Amino acid sequence: MNRSLYAARRRRNGIMLSLSLAATLLGLGWLIVILVVLLWEGFSGLSLAVFTEMTPPPGSDGGLLNPIVGSLILTVLAVFIGTPIGMLAGTYMAEYGRYDRLTSVVRFINDILLSAPSIVVGLFIYEIMVAPMGHFSGLAGAVALAVIVIPVVVRTTEDMLLLVPDPLREAAVSIGTPRAFVIAKVCYRAAKAGMITGVLLAIARISGETAPLLFTALNNQFWSTNLNAPMSSLPVVIFQFALSPYKDWQKLAWTGALIITFTVLALSITARALSTSRKPS
Amino acid sequence: MRAFGFNFLVEERWNPVTEKFGALAPIYGTLVTSFIAMLIAVPIGLLIAVFLTELCPMWLRRPIGIAIELLAGIPSIIYGIWGLFVFAPFLQETLQPFLIATFGNIPVLSTLFAGPPYGIGMLTAGLILAIMVLPFVTSISRDVFDAVPPVLKEAAYGIGCTTWEVVRYVVLPYTRVGVIGGVMLGLGRALGETMAVTFVIGNAHKVSASLLAPGTTISATIANEFTEAVGDLYTSSLIALGLILFVITFIVLAIARYMLLRIERRIG
Repeated sequence: MNRSLYAARRRRNGIMLSLSLAATLLGLGWLIVILVVLLWEGFSGLSLAVFTEMTPPPGSDGGLLNPIVGSLILTVLAVFIGTPIGMLAGTYMAEYGRYDRLTSVVRFINDILLSAPSIVVGLFIYEIMVAPMGHFSGLAGAVALAVIVIPVVVRTTEDMLLLVPDPLREAAVSIGTPRAFVIAKVCYRAAKAGMITGVLLAIARISGETAPLLFTALNNQFWSTNLNAPMSSLPVVIFQFALSPYKDWQKLAWTGALIITFTVLALSITARALSTSRKPS
Repeated sequence: MRAFGFNFLVEERWNPVTEKFGALAPIYGTLVTSFIAMLIAVPIGLLIAVFLTELCPMWLRRPIGIAIELLAGIPSIIYGIWGLFVFAPFLQETLQPFLIATFGNIPVLSTLFAGPPYGIGMLTAGLILAIMVLPFVTSISRDVFDAVPPVLKEAAYGIGCTTWEVVRYVVLPYTRVGVIGGVMLGLGRALGETMAVTFVIGNAHKVSASLLAPGTTISATIANEFTEAVGDLYTSSLIALGLILFVITFIVLAIARYMLLRIERRIG
């Protein structure tokens, strides 16, 4: 037996395995570092005033009320527009056109849209909505976000409906249920948890999106719920405040960052918990 | 776009005042930052995936996997603000002077690491992108590693292979297509990433060999200048940039999807 070769192999094995352990620790370390810094910087600025007051001019006190509300409105609207479209498309792909050529083409394009750069979405919406309307508006921002919601929802709806066992459908059809009812009463019910997960993931995704809002919803210093006017949103305000030279604006940016991150993390953890509790095995 | 024709792609100048626009600097910046990001994220991502599939005790696998995926969930603007206020000053004081001091006298490398340490710049942007791309590479390679039939691995262990040899000569060749697909997916992400890069890249419209110099990327240029763009030519130059970005990412992502599709089919 060649002992030195054996030792060399063992050594190389040890090196590579400890490298992979180190890589994992590095990855986890980043997560921890980022979260700790966020807590450290953001928590000190967190107070009731953040949720009750408007964004301040530099040099005075204020909160983040209007961007928070703006973000909520934009998100709700985007989900409202995007979810039905996404769900219907996903339903078609999983139920009606499962073996269509069209379905595989749509799936391919949808997957690409899923990770397309969001700034391009913003440009697109700018061209088709902001430019013809002649001004920035909250509505355009919501539509831009909806464009990001759709592929996420399409993907999860289709995946979840494909998981529904065929015998369930056959049983429903055999007692004379029309197709639409089979889908609405049987398949949707069986796939409910997964589909909700998809929507939650989509919300998590868009609530941190900044790029498409920059030139659709723009920003607004004041209280505004007018969809036809520029609307402020949390990510854009963070962007603006963080790049400003004023200390108190930067402080608020950190606080906003803290709020967004924990909302997003809470959403994605909830979504994950939901999806694993229902998954077989 | 028509005004400049093909020159748009190779012209370095970007001057809104005289309405001369060239896309070379943003394109160059995009490619360089993404390249740095992939250079760092791919080996680390693969190693994490190896750890998760081969080494990690069962009860730790899910929590660690989720934690890594949470990195993907953090909005990009958070990376941006963190990069600007924490990471860039840190690099400015530690890594960058070290790089300058170490490589300053070696011919080729000295041009890569020339100039004063600003903190912000293409290297910083690349590092931040690496952190953002990491979870994509990890989760996809973990999924394809898991899909390797246990029989293959057991056979290799059976003839006395070490864990590393199993990974290197059995798992990696078997999953190569899938891993490349995952890497391409991450690359698509890095290319299009906007906010984090905008914060730390420095926005200088020039092509410089030094990685420490501020540069710009396509998406950062659009994000910074679009709302301020006056005149049709300026706006349409920016939109042309967007088009270039979209075409690049579309191609990369299409390749990624195609490769992942192929491995899915093979697994059945």
